[in-house]
Amino acid sequence: MRKRLLPLTWLPKAWSSEPLPDPMTAMGQGLPGGRGWVRNRVLGLLVIGAIGAALSLSFVTVAPNRLVSGAAVALQSLMVAVPWDLWAAAAVLVIAVFVPATQLTQVAVALAAALLFAGLAGLAGSEAALRSAGLPALARVSLGGGFWLMLLMAWLAFADALQRLDLPLGWRSLAHAALLGPLVWLVGAGALDQLSLLKEYANRDESFHAAGLRHLQIVAAALAPSLLIGLPLGFAAARSDRVAEPLLALLNLVQTMPSIALFALLIGPLSALAAALPGWGLSGIGLLPAAVALTLYALLPIVHGLSSGLRQVPAAVLAAAAGMGMTPRQRLWRVEMPLALPVLLAALRVTTVQVIGLAVVAALIGAGGFGALVFQGLASSAIDLVLLGVLPVLALAAVADAGFALLIMAWAGPQR
Amino acid sequence: MIEWQAVSKSFGNVPAVKELSLTIAPGEFVVLIGASGSGKSTLLRMANRLVDPDQGRVLFKGQDTRALRAEDLRRRMGYAIQSIGLFAHWTVARNIATVPELLGWPAARIAARVDELLALFDLDPGLYRGRYPQQLSGGQQQRVGVARALAADPEVLLMDEPFGALDPVTRQALQGELARIHRASGKTIVLVTHDIDEALRLASRIVLLDRGCIVQAGPPAQLLLQPASDAVSDFIGRSDLGLKLLGLLSVADRLRAGESAPGEPILVSASLREAMSAFVVRQTDRLPVVDAQGRPVGAIGLNDLLRRRE
Repeated sequence: MRKRLLPLTWLPKAWSSEPLPDPMTAMGQGLPGGRGWVRNRVLGLLVIGAIGAALSLSFVTVAPNRLVSGAAVALQSLMVAVPWDLWAAAAVLVIAVFVPATQLTQVAVALAAALLFAGLAGLAGSEAALRSAGLPALARVSLGGGFWLMLLMAWLAFADALQRLDLPLGWRSLAHAALLGPLVWLVGAGALDQLSLLKEYANRDESFHAAGLRHLQIVAAALAPSLLIGLPLGFAAARSDRVAEPLLALLNLVQTMPSIALFALLIGPLSALAAALPGWGLSGIGLLPAAVALTLYALLPIVHGLSSGLRQVPAAVLAAAAGMGMTPRQRLWRVEMPLALPVLLAALRVTTVQVIGLAVVAALIGAGGFGALVFQGLASSAIDLVLLGVLPVLALAAVADAGFALLIMAWAGPQR
Repeated sequence: MIEWQAVSKSFGNVPAVKELSLTIAPGEFVVLIGASGSGKSTLLRMANRLVDPDQGRVLFKGQDTRALRAEDLRRRMGYAIQSIGLFAHWTVARNIATVPELLGWPAARIAARVDELLALFDLDPGLYRGRYPQQLSGGQQQRVGVARALAADPEVLLMDEPFGALDPVTRQALQGELARIHRASGKTIVLVTHDIDEALRLASRIVLLDRGCIVQAGPPAQLLLQPASDAVSDFIGRSDLGLKLLGLLSVADRLRAGESAPGEPILVSASLREAMSAFVVRQTDRLPVVDAQGRPVGAIGLNDLLRRRE
């Protein structure tokens, strides 16, 4: 009667809470080590990639205004000198390629990569400040492809070091979120003010904050109803295969629909509904269809999470609970739900990140949010405006992800 | 204490228990034994209404169990199972406290009872109270499982192959602890197993089941000496029947008090089966006997194993 549902195959690997590899095997065989001189092939590739990006691509670009593409400035032609601590961090990463992989090496790599991550942004900020001084007000100094690639390499080196350190999931997520800390500080201190991205922000800080608030509203307006509907459905799906199979098939079908199509499809029926119920403030475009569509997407992970969480509670535990004299309600609230909670939280983690991302697309049907900045930027080919919409979404997703990872760790921590 | 009256139970078309009657007196240690599918677990689960019979009725202290609320009945009976089923999200203390909590005992009484039970099962309360089940070995988990079954001081302890998944050394240790608890508390225990040695070691009465019917019920010696049928002899095993008989008696039963013998002594509490082994290993026909404190109390000879001395 009770059978396990299919594994969460749609879960991206990085989100699934599979057991981590044992540190010894992770150090020794699990992750590519290296032979001979090279002890860490992954880091070696990242370093080569970063050097390549530094030598061949622009670190910043300088343009007369925000709409035309600018002239490339490579790292070696910067007007400011690269500070010694950035050189030191880069040197640590290069040396770490050839040093045996101890805990200490990984900590050094993580710290150096984090320093490089923030330092590159700081360097671009000071270069922009120096160059803008001699340029007309409309001129823009933007971040170049080489900068972004080096930033990516630094982040990957950081992530790889954390992986090799075999930190618990929650701490790893927290470390990733903490990586953003120095960037936030640099922005707050005004060190990046002369970069095109921040100028773009300064021009529209009011609409930026309104977009941020709206983005959070969309996410909340999707998550609240999907929990209200999804949890009872998930419970029903856990109790009966006859409910679970058609329900999950249907929700899977929803998941395969492209979000743009779903948003568009909802305009018709919701407009009709709005016309039928004039006093209710309903509308075929804006927040309502966005919330409905995102709720539909969020239902699958929530229903699946709760039902597979409940189904994985061992039969012996339920037999013992019944044999002790727990009533069915006591069994549910004292035993089944607490044991299902980690699986449900893992599903909520995926759902929240997914909804934060999908809410960007909702701007297409007039729901607003950071997506509005993205599409406005795309329409006027202002890449900095696109970034102004995308970067906060990434940060929001990272923070939500870390929050849930900590919650899961706090709940499951003592039991492991 | 528990009385099954002509109970029958089928699962689908497969009969599990057929018009079976059995009465268990207070203080008995009854072992239900049989091959898989003999109906022994079903019979046990009828006692606390995890299974309700299709026909017949089950009485607990003279009262029809169907007249009682199932949950109330179960809280009066301890229940331990092979797969233990500890609650992974609760500490050892909270696991043991399950039934007392359901019964609404005050916290101080629960805490005292938990510590008392941990100590009874040789688990240092200070060390184990706050641990989680996953942090315990299999044997420790089953100790906690049995402690949890005993927590509310139930009148009856129902155990469904509680030691089946344990290694032989741990199993023997836990059997010894259970026998000690039975002697000390006088609780009624009903235990299901398919291990005849476990049954012979623990039971005051063995009930041998086959295909939902009782084949023979009686004290261990009776099953060994007067098997009701060839099937019983087959189940018990013919080849080491003599050793099993020796296993039922202790050195104390055949002791030559006051006599002495040379060599390594044997404990007076050891079984005659162990004494037999000692005779063979040491190539001798006389062994000195000492008590638990190591004081010599007499001797025992190989011939003493064969018959009661006049």
